[in-house]
Amino acid sequence: MTSLNLEENFQSKIDTEIKIEPKDWMPDAYRKTLIRQISQHAHSEIVGMLPEGNWITRAPSLRRKLILLAKVQDEGGHGLYLYSAAETLGADRDELVQQLLTGKAKYSSIFNYPTLNWADIGAIGWLVDGAAIMNQVMLTRTSYGPYARAMVRICKEESFHQRQGYEIMMAMAGGSPEQKAMAQDALNRWWWPSLMMFGPRDSESAHSDQASKWKIKRKSNDELRQQFVDVTVPQAERIGLSVPDPDLKWNEARGHNDFGEIDWDEFWSVVKGNGPCNRQRLQARIKAYEDGAWVREAAMAHAEKKEQRKIEPEAAVKAA
Amino acid sequence: MKKEWPLWEVFIRSKSGLNHKHVGSLHATDAEMATENARDVYTRRNEGVSIWVVESKHITASDPDDSDPLFEPAKDKIYRHPTFYNVPDDVTHM
Ligand SMILES: [Fe+2]
Ligand SMILES: [Fe+2]
Repeated sequence: MTSLNLEENFQSKIDTEIKIEPKDWMPDAYRKTLIRQISQHAHSEIVGMLPEGNWITRAPSLRRKLILLAKVQDEGGHGLYLYSAAETLGADRDELVQQLLTGKAKYSSIFNYPTLNWADIGAIGWLVDGAAIMNQVMLTRTSYGPYARAMVRICKEESFHQRQGYEIMMAMAGGSPEQKAMAQDALNRWWWPSLMMFGPRDSESAHSDQASKWKIKRKSNDELRQQFVDVTVPQAERIGLSVPDPDLKWNEARGHNDFGEIDWDEFWSVVKGNGPCNRQRLQARIKAYEDGAWVREAAMAHAEKKEQRKIEPEAAVKAA
Repeated sequence: MKKEWPLWEVFIRSKSGLNHKHVGSLHATDAEMATENARDVYTRRNEGVSIWVVESKHITASDPDDSDPLFEPAKDKIYRHPTFYNVPDDVTHM
């Protein structure tokens, strides 16, 4: 097939909802876009373990501690599913990790905000996982098979994340006035960064057109953001908390909530590395990677030695 | 010298009576570690009763570019399907 035919054939598969699988022909740009997007998604899962991991030792009860441990462990698993999906496109795992550690690859900016108190753990589960779910549910139908399958698995695990967060918020909002104030304060701090998770406005988004033609993304940033606002506002009301946006109001004609403008200067500043915790997060990842180096090397050496003994038991005995 | 751990493909039997199904991959130094890691990442919610792991390099896949000639021979053999045959409606148990 000529390259033109290949390209047409590829696009017609996408148009007729046939998934693209690892060994199928695909345009270079499709492969590159996916590797970038999937690896950034993987990095976000791994870095996302840090703000919550910060509270495991200080969870207010054994029940909450077990739940938080399980959630953070899930996020590690999500990272793995995604790195694996990127590897099916020919990406090298170690190279992807290096891109994260050197700051060449991005991860979701939401994890550059600090978790100041226990209410933040509730707000993260409810809002941050909630926003992630919006995006991930869409991605279960993405055109690349291994990515879509990873998303199905991830979405199954995510719903407990959001529910446990909401349960924390509900408990605090229904508690003492001080506890309720903490819950409201956490909502105030996490609301806008959560809306930022959907990325720039459609009119500013560099990747949107091609990504939707290839059905990598099936909804735009603004559509997903609107969907999130619409489902989350009543959840806040239900537990007596108020969304920190004076412009928020139901628009009968549109059938959606109108809401205020995001502080885009803050958005870009955090993306560019100047959020409250950017440096701290990256340092934590670098430290974990460096501290683990000897373990990785020793485990490999041990496995090779075991293998060697299996192949030539006599030689090993003689050498000893 | 730095060396990456090899890649393994993971197959899970979700319950007795069903076949093993590919679920994903992971890196591990050997089969034992691959099995343990697969347990930790792919069966955290009782998704399995049995795990197979195989190093990815040992899997040979058919080439999608050859899939036409490869699968063509089965396409025109509709007589392999029960619906190809005309049997009167009042004949039962068939
Ligand atoms: Fe996740
Ligand atoms: Fe999550």
